[in-house]
Amino acid sequence: MTTDTPRPPPRRRLFGAWGPRELQGLFWQVLVVGIAVAVIGFLWSNTVTNLSARRITTGFAFLGREAGMPIADSLLAYNPRDSYLWAFVVGVGNTLRVAVIGIVLATVLGTLIGISRLSANWLLSRLAAVYVETLRDIPLLLQLLFWYVLMQALPAARAAWRPVEGVFLSNRGLILPAIPIGPLQLWVLGTAVLGCALFYLVRRRLVVQQMRDGKPRPAWPFALGLILVLPAALSLVLRVPWTIEWPALRGFNFVGGLTLAPEYFALLIALVTYTSAFIAEIVRSGIQSVPRGQWDAANALGLRRSFMLRQIILPQALRVIVPPMTSQYLNLTKNSSLAVAIGYQDVVSIANTTLNQTGQAIEAIALIMAVFLTISLSISFFMNWYNARIALVER
Amino acid sequence: MTVIADIPDAPRAARRPQTGNPVLRWLRTNLFSSIPNGVLSIVLLAILAKAVFSFVQWGIANAVWLTPANDSSACRAVRGVGACWAIIPEKYRFILFGTYPFDEQWRPALSVVLFIALFYLSTRRALWRRELVLLWIGALALISVLMWGGVLGLSFVSQDRWGGLPVTLILATFGLAFGFPLGILVALGRRSKLPAIRSLSVLYVELIRGVPLVSLLFMASVMFPLFMPSGFNIDKLLRAQIAIILFAGAYLAEIVRGGLQAVPRGQYEAADALGLSYWRKHRLIILPQAIRHVIPPLVNTFIAFFKDTSLVLIIGIFDLLTTAKTAIIDPAWQQFSVEVYIFVAAIYFVFCFAMSRYSRSLEGASGR
Repeated sequence: MTTDTPRPPPRRRLFGAWGPRELQGLFWQVLVVGIAVAVIGFLWSNTVTNLSARRITTGFAFLGREAGMPIADSLLAYNPRDSYLWAFVVGVGNTLRVAVIGIVLATVLGTLIGISRLSANWLLSRLAAVYVETLRDIPLLLQLLFWYVLMQALPAARAAWRPVEGVFLSNRGLILPAIPIGPLQLWVLGTAVLGCALFYLVRRRLVVQQMRDGKPRPAWPFALGLILVLPAALSLVLRVPWTIEWPALRGFNFVGGLTLAPEYFALLIALVTYTSAFIAEIVRSGIQSVPRGQWDAANALGLRRSFMLRQIILPQALRVIVPPMTSQYLNLTKNSSLAVAIGYQDVVSIANTTLNQTGQAIEAIALIMAVFLTISLSISFFMNWYNARIALVER
Repeated sequence: MTVIADIPDAPRAARRPQTGNPVLRWLRTNLFSSIPNGVLSIVLLAILAKAVFSFVQWGIANAVWLTPANDSSACRAVRGVGACWAIIPEKYRFILFGTYPFDEQWRPALSVVLFIALFYLSTRRALWRRELVLLWIGALALISVLMWGGVLGLSFVSQDRWGGLPVTLILATFGLAFGFPLGILVALGRRSKLPAIRSLSVLYVELIRGVPLVSLLFMASVMFPLFMPSGFNIDKLLRAQIAIILFAGAYLAEIVRGGLQAVPRGQYEAADALGLSYWRKHRLIILPQAIRHVIPPLVNTFIAFFKDTSLVLIIGIFDLLTTAKTAIIDPAWQQFSVEVYIFVAAIYFVFCFAMSRYSRSLEGASGR
């Protein structure tokens, strides 16, 4: 065994550090990117030719022009003489109005139904199961059209249903009593929000202190003071009026109060009921994923029910629940674009009208994509942050 | 709160004394295990009874089942108190098959039967072999021949006369048949070591998943002519089909990617040790395992696509939902849209429910 066996000479490579594997990889990449660039270039050159043939100038200059389209029901003030840009902003406002309220309501309803499915009461759990199965297996668009037809079949304003005093349901939509919100009221509400933020910080400090000496410190006096007493005091000092505005029938329509137009109301009902069926399944599987031993252990420690749910069961269930919930929220937001089928003017519907009026197809679609990508990314960002917060901290 | 608190109690409730009449015992454990539960049961029973009673009143007792052709007077007489099911026998040919030539409607009907047979055969575990791909190709070709005609003595029917249930099934099935291979390629691309291919795949998936299907369909219907050389145009149905395939591809890619991640590393290493090439490694070793992992979510995605094909209503393609909506434009029958929607909802429900049952049985089988 001598050590002078000649080593194999280093393999000569054709291109320095590039071996056959790398070369193969490079070849595939160049091929695929080349095809992609060629296809996009082909489509782009066609588009440019077609657009110039139709005398459409590309670019976002049209956004400054007068929109001239009517928007019947909007969160933000709008009139047809406003620019296309403002029409878009109004559309985004309408989309967010449906999406945000829809997400909150669908979460509440879905959680209730998900818990009902696990109830020991046979009837309740069966009814919840039927609800989930039925709504999940029928297309959302069909449900939306169905609700819209039902809305239109409601009695006229004069014969409106009045389930509760001050609430009217008619083919004009749902009319509720409202509290007009002016700058004064906004100040008070802003203080309450600030109080919530302060309370959050105070509670964190209290927890840190409890960790140090083990003495429990009640947090509720701070909550009461910061979130209720402080805004109430401000409201008294500023003499903010909190009068409730009751809707009343004048002639053929309602005056005062908060009106949810039939289109908006139908869209909201359809989105909330449809999404809640999916959320119910997520919540159910989340709760079922908590091992039975955890319930038993908490019971054995003699913990109170509410404490046990809040501190032991829910944190474990949420880890399973939050990621799929994120995609349901994204779905609800994207599904709100079905509004176009019943004439609720969300951002997709307004972009579509713009496209028909100006022919600026690429710009309109680009704006839709930008809006939805922004909303999707914000929701994912928030939910990922929340998910990271509640994630299992392992040693 | 009371409801949530019932969960750990369930086994305890089951341990109640096992005496007396079995029916009473069942009632006691399942409906009246405690006082709040009993109250809840009674309230629910009352609501349920009222709902069932009013539905029976409207849908059966006061309903009109048949009327002379194109005469809706009997229906209008019971409007508001009874359902008008007579609209279904009046309009079902149009709802199911759209404007397909009336005398030739056995062809779309046969296509629907073929689709259902194809789905049924695909669920049989014993048939999950390579021949299944051939079966799909054969069946889809046969359906195309039936729908288009022009050969074997069948008269040619252009696709702008297609409508109803076959169009819904075509959009969903072809969307899956082409979207699935696309999804596999994109999923492999997303896990590739080559940066350019990986970023192209990520871009595709995230762009498509980030926007609603409605805007993709708009793009297909409005912008497609802009993308193509002037004079070149393809049919609206085909354009919508392409949009659905691209949409399906992105979602299926994410599911396949999940399956690829679930394949143990050792499998990759073993395949490399055997000296298999990239494609042979994936075709023979990785993909069969990866796809087996994700069959339940794949079925769920297919249910979602089946429902989402109804969105083509917005760009005016005659699928099942659009024909239903068009059927009730007829002034004589305008007021009876609820009945038509219930009929169509029942059709969608049967398909989706069957698929979701199947998905659940698969989950049960793999959970053993």
